Amino acid sequence: MASADLTHPNAIEPDEPQPWQRFFSFSVDHKVIGIQYLVTSFFFFLIGGALATAVRVELATPEVDFVSRELYNQLFTIHATVMIFLWIVPAGAGFGNYLIPLLIGAKDMAFPKLNAIAFWMIPPAGLLLISSFFVPNGAAASGWTSYPPLSLVNGQWGELIWILSVLLLGTSSILGGINFVTTILKMRIPGMTINDMPLFCWAMLAASILILLSTPVLAGALVLLCFDLMAGTTFFNPTGGGDPIVYQHMFWFYSHPAVYIMILPLFGAISEILPVHSRKPIFGYKAIAYSSIAISLLGLVVWAHHMFTSGTPAWLRMFFMIATMIIAVPTGIKVFGWLATIWGGKLRLNSAMLFAMGFVSMFVVGGLSGVMIASVPFDIHVHDTYFIVAHLHYVLFGGSVFGLYAALYHWFPKMIGRMLNEPWGKVHFVLTFVGFNLCFLPMHYLGLMGMPRRVAEYDPQFATINNLCSIGSYILAFSTIPFLINAVYSWVAGAKAPANPWNALTLEWTVASPPPEHNFVGQPVLKTGPYDYGVAKQGAVRKPISQLKASDILSGSTR
Amino acid sequence: MQGSAVDSQQPIALESTSHGAEEHHPDLRLFGIFMFLVAEAMIFLGLFAAYLTFRSVAPTWPPVGTPKLELLLPGINTLILISSSFVIHKGDDAIRENDVKGMRLWFGITALMGAVFLVGQLYEYFHLEFGLTTNLFASTFYVLTGFHGLHVCFGLFLILAVLWRSRREGHYSNTQKFGIEAAELYWHFVDVIWIVLFGLLYLL
Repeated sequence: MASADLTHPNAIEPDEPQPWQRFFSFSVDHKVIGIQYLVTSFFFFLIGGALATAVRVELATPEVDFVSRELYNQLFTIHATVMIFLWIVPAGAGFGNYLIPLLIGAKDMAFPKLNAIAFWMIPPAGLLLISSFFVPNGAAASGWTSYPPLSLVNGQWGELIWILSVLLLGTSSILGGINFVTTILKMRIPGMTINDMPLFCWAMLAASILILLSTPVLAGALVLLCFDLMAGTTFFNPTGGGDPIVYQHMFWFYSHPAVYIMILPLFGAISEILPVHSRKPIFGYKAIAYSSIAISLLGLVVWAHHMFTSGTPAWLRMFFMIATMIIAVPTGIKVFGWLATIWGGKLRLNSAMLFAMGFVSMFVVGGLSGVMIASVPFDIHVHDTYFIVAHLHYVLFGGSVFGLYAALYHWFPKMIGRMLNEPWGKVHFVLTFVGFNLCFLPMHYLGLMGMPRRVAEYDPQFATINNLCSIGSYILAFSTIPFLINAVYSWVAGAKAPANPWNALTLEWTVASPPPEHNFVGQPVLKTGPYDYGVAKQGAVRKPISQLKASDILSGSTR
Repeated sequence: MQGSAVDSQQPIALESTSHGAEEHHPDLRLFGIFMFLVAEAMIFLGLFAAYLTFRSVAPTWPPVGTPKLELLLPGINTLILISSSFVIHKGDDAIRENDVKGMRLWFGITALMGAVFLVGQLYEYFHLEFGLTTNLFASTFYVLTGFHGLHVCFGLFLILAVLWRSRREGHYSNTQKFGIEAAELYWHFVDVIWIVLFGLLYLL
């Protein structure tokens, strides 16, 4: 087995237990910052989840009974903003921060101080956003898209706080992106070429390119919106000669790539987790690696598929429809790569693997409905209906959140130094999987039948199915409880984790759990490629992963 | 099966360790600044694209009744800013020869030129016959030039910081010049953005 790791010079025990206070300090250690990111974003996940539950309680009946219409609008607006900007994006950055230096054999990120600054922008921005419920007229209520002119006539203070908070979070994200690109491109240990680095690094690189190229455009749009809101300009206000469509273009130029910013890090995490627990090399290393870059570049030229009903000219809709459908190709390449990876493997069905497989299957459902709504005629029919809500939750919850859970179960022992409880992890998975599908699968039907999104009251004919969705959402809300108990209990009193509990081959598993302060003593040694599971027998010469043929990996003979 | 042959196979990478010694990675700060400027450029590109869309959608541009922009003062300002890019580069040349005094001289001149540009910009603002909310053209004009002006201010701040720090003997040398290069790179960026901006707002 991986006994080599235990005798490895880097597998030293940390000198003394590290104090918990460092998590509340301006630490520049990428591992502390990574955990700060993850804990903070999980806290906001719980808040966003509470808001979502309130939305579902309201929607359990067709009438407006639980909250007022105005408060309902605020609830779903802040729910989406919190989930996107304060949970999935920073959680991806959290794993990036924790794992990238370890995976490439570096002692820290390229700019540790910048890293800490980027993190410490998040808690104030999040608290600012939540506090906007208490200003006159309440929080922003125009949806997370904040389309003008609607966003200019709803509560002014809530909207202003929303803009400031998102600007702050965007800046944090850009600073993180600078750090990731620099670290991944410039700080790999000598000998690890870009084609040898673990796929998680490729995925973070692709996501960071998108952050650098698209987030600034959103910042530009929000600054103009802020001028419209506070200074009386009319950039997006048609009454003064402005053009609200320009906002939509600028907004989606960021916010479509944002879905890849949210899913790509998890694509990377899944590409790490599946080979480890299947005991097989990843299938199609280069295909998965380069498809991340392809997704990120194609992702920049598809934004107007969110605007098929905004008077976009026919030739432009045609272009964006085709470009959007082309994205299914690199995404499909990844999915088939993952399936071929677990094909015939010795699967270890622990919580991490269950969530990883849940990720692949649920993401495929979301991906398929994505191809459906890429098609203009179909999209015009279901635009702004619950079909869209179903689709986006299948990619963002079924995709990103399942991926985040998989990554949490997989790397928790490394980060904390203690094992999570497996049976409770499985309970968590079953509850999440059942609750998720019960909540969101019926929404496809609701959308096809024409139920509009973002409305507090609806036609009574949809009552039964909405009730079903709400029950699903309660199960989903409940499902976080076993996870929370498991995580807190294991953090304090779980079984001690060995350096390499999964017999994995990437560099983070060659050091103690949790890793010592500067990760490695001296420079780590690459003895194997990242995915050489069951590859070389005694005395055999191993081919580099990039030269293996597909049939070799599928048949398991990789000598 | 799994991983059992970890020790027996050909390494795909080097087999050298340097135990104990702290590794030093090369200075990546300039690369980081460059990435930051990529992001900055995207803000401006977004705003430029918005401007061009407003322009192409509007029936007449600039909207009827917008006073014509004076070209003389902004033209001179443009010349000053473009030439300041060459001046600041002379400072970079000087520090390559380890000539801190020369660097200080050229950076000082650049700072002066930047300040003149800003004063000229403010002078133009005060003498324009339209305000921020007059019409769509006026709003985009002020937001674009104002946002660029903020960047000039920040570039000026960087140059002054270099001048301040270079008082200390040996703070900068031909091997230690990150601050100088960063300020120069930023200044060139501000300059290039202005050229596009000037073309869009005044000439197009």
